[in-house]
Amino acid sequence: MKILVTVKEVAEAEDDFDIDGLDIDERYLEFDLNEWDEYAIEEAVQIKEDGDDVEVVSVTIGPERAEETIRMGLAKGVDRAIRVWDDAFADVGMLDPKTKADVLSAVVEDEQPDLVLTGVQAGDDSFGATGVTLAETIDFEWGAVVNALDLDAGAGVASVHRELEGGIEELTDIELPAVLTIQTGINEPRYASLRGIRQAQSKPLDLHELDDLGLEESDLESPLSRTAMYEPESEGDATVFEGSAEETATELASLLRDVGVVEG
Amino acid sequence: MSDVLAITEHRQGELRDVSSELVTVGSELAAQQGGELHLGIIGGDVDAFAEELSLEGVETIHTVDHGDEFNHDVYTQATAQLFGDIDPTTLLLPNSVNGLDYAPAVASELDIPLVTDAIAISRDDGLEVTREMYGSKVETTVAVDAEVAAVSVRPAEWEPTEAAGDPAIESFDADIDEDAVKSTVTGFEEVAGGDVDISEANFLISIGRGIEEEDNLPLIEDLVEATDATLSSSRPIVDNGWLPKNRQVGQSGKVVTPDVYLAIGISGAVQHVAGMKGSDTIVAINTDPNAPIMDLADYAIVDDLFDVVPALIEALE
Ligand SMILES: Cc1cc2nc3c(=O)[nH]c(=O)nc-3n(C[C@H](O)[C@H](O)[C@H](O)COP(=O)(O)OP(=O)(O)OC[C@H]3O[C@@H](n4cnc5c(N)ncnc54)[C@H](O)[C@@H]3O)c2cc1C
Ligand SMILES: Nc1ncnc2c1ncn2[C@@H]1O[C@H](COP(=O)(O)O)[C@@H](O)[C@H]1O
Repeated sequence: MKILVTVKEVAEAEDDFDIDGLDIDERYLEFDLNEWDEYAIEEAVQIKEDGDDVEVVSVTIGPERAEETIRMGLAKGVDRAIRVWDDAFADVGMLDPKTKADVLSAVVEDEQPDLVLTGVQAGDDSFGATGVTLAETIDFEWGAVVNALDLDAGAGVASVHRELEGGIEELTDIELPAVLTIQTGINEPRYASLRGIRQAQSKPLDLHELDDLGLEESDLESPLSRTAMYEPESEGDATVFEGSAEETATELASLLRDVGVVEG
Repeated sequence: MSDVLAITEHRQGELRDVSSELVTVGSELAAQQGGELHLGIIGGDVDAFAEELSLEGVETIHTVDHGDEFNHDVYTQATAQLFGDIDPTTLLLPNSVNGLDYAPAVASELDIPLVTDAIAISRDDGLEVTREMYGSKVETTVAVDAEVAAVSVRPAEWEPTEAAGDPAIESFDADIDEDAVKSTVTGFEEVAGGDVDISEANFLISIGRGIEEEDNLPLIEDLVEATDATLSSSRPIVDNGWLPKNRQVGQSGKVVTPDVYLAIGISGAVQHVAGMKGSDTIVAINTDPNAPIMDLADYAIVDDLFDVVPALIEALE
């Protein structure tokens, strides 16, 4: 069995940042493995460890910088990684879920996985749509916001829990091949061991350009474009306690007494 | 034409709030487009739901009497067929968990662009959608260069429509291809039970990822003890297994409305805020003055929790 895990390197804004045009100035961004994808990787690696003959391949659409993040996946047990990039991506205004799904579908075509795991959402642009868009594009079945997975590869069924709102989970049987979007908390992601980190250096990490995937620059065109980015107007009128920790703590303590939730 | 089609949501026999919120955003948008608002109701007790959703601004309600509960394959097919029949300019879907499970499939199948998690929508020259990025630290506008498009709408962002209206109610005979239904909902399970009910507490001290390590939790527990408060948390703390599920505040946890909600090291992600924004008094302790929780807080301390919390315990003693 082959499992394809989609892995994104996401950007996180520092506490203080400036916006430069349509994005946060890169100086104020830190890059990391997307939290949801960390759980997707772990789920795939656990399936591999529980079964015979399971290969876990990761795919990332991202610039060379992303290789550090990709290696983190390899260090945690991914067998092989694919990075998709091309100069053409640098000019794309908005890499929306449909465009990403079209690119990823070309990788699925090459790799023929039985199961694709994605994250529920990317922590930076939070579309929450790439996995299910991909499923429809490649004609796989799917399930979104999965927080428990029991795979019966023989029967070709994934029994999942989908985490709904308000502490309710939906139990669903999904026919394979399928795309599942993985929710945090489904497992306990491991830390990469030193041995894992060392091994990751020699695992295959292949670059695919558009040509290699049979795609063209025009495939990256999207009807969506970002036209502005700004800090939201603060609706809040919070009273900010100023001063040393002792001073602010004293003010907070008297607030709590005034409101009446603590005695004294 | 220039109509809007909005697909409503229900679960276990009840309409979900987002349905009447979709009426609000849908009728506003329909007016801007010079068209009408159509609602789709798929599955469940469609007649009762249609009656409940006979609200101001709705022109026509289309009921699809198929199945009891949400199934993404059925919803995808039925929505696509309704779309084909009504021929709207804009398709509105809820950005709920079930919305995440079918909105992208519908848009992909119809080959129309999808913008997710909208917090504002307008149409002037073209469709423009406002959405957040970077954990709600910034807002962006997205322009849609297409005749027709789908937008998924953030729950609890628009006021629900309550005024009654008089829409036409029509039954729509969707032709569901059962062979293409490859997922089966076998049941529901309630999690987060147990002895503590954080939604009953009048003073919640809630801890987030700012606590960094499980070994630091006793510091917060000391504060909880000193104040006789109840301990709750954001999701990562529960995901890490440091606290049980019944302590989680938010969209997939509990909705709480205490007198005081003290958020320590919590950024205020939208799914967290969904569970606590109704609190009477919100206090935030956070090193980041730009954290979204600051917009919601009545009182704030911009400082390190590892300095403030010990000082607070002392000040209370
Ligand atoms: C479908 C779905 C459902 C979800 N449901 C929920 C839910 O029910 N509940 C929920 O909470 N989340 C939920 N989430 C997750 C949510 O998106 C966020 O990831 C989560 O709320 C972040 O938790 P946090 O604020 O503790 O962590 P972070 O966002 O990482 O914030 C940590 C904060 O701590 C501050 N901080 C760091 N160090 C210190 C210090 N020393 N002193 C003071 N402050 C410090 C930082 O400035 C930051 O603001 C859901 C997500 C999805 C996709
Ligand atoms: N650039 C990318 N490369 C690889 N996978 C991605 C990329 N963007 C998104 N994904 C996957 O799609 C999921 C959902 O992302 P999104 O729809 O952008 O919120 C992520 O958790 C990833 O698994």
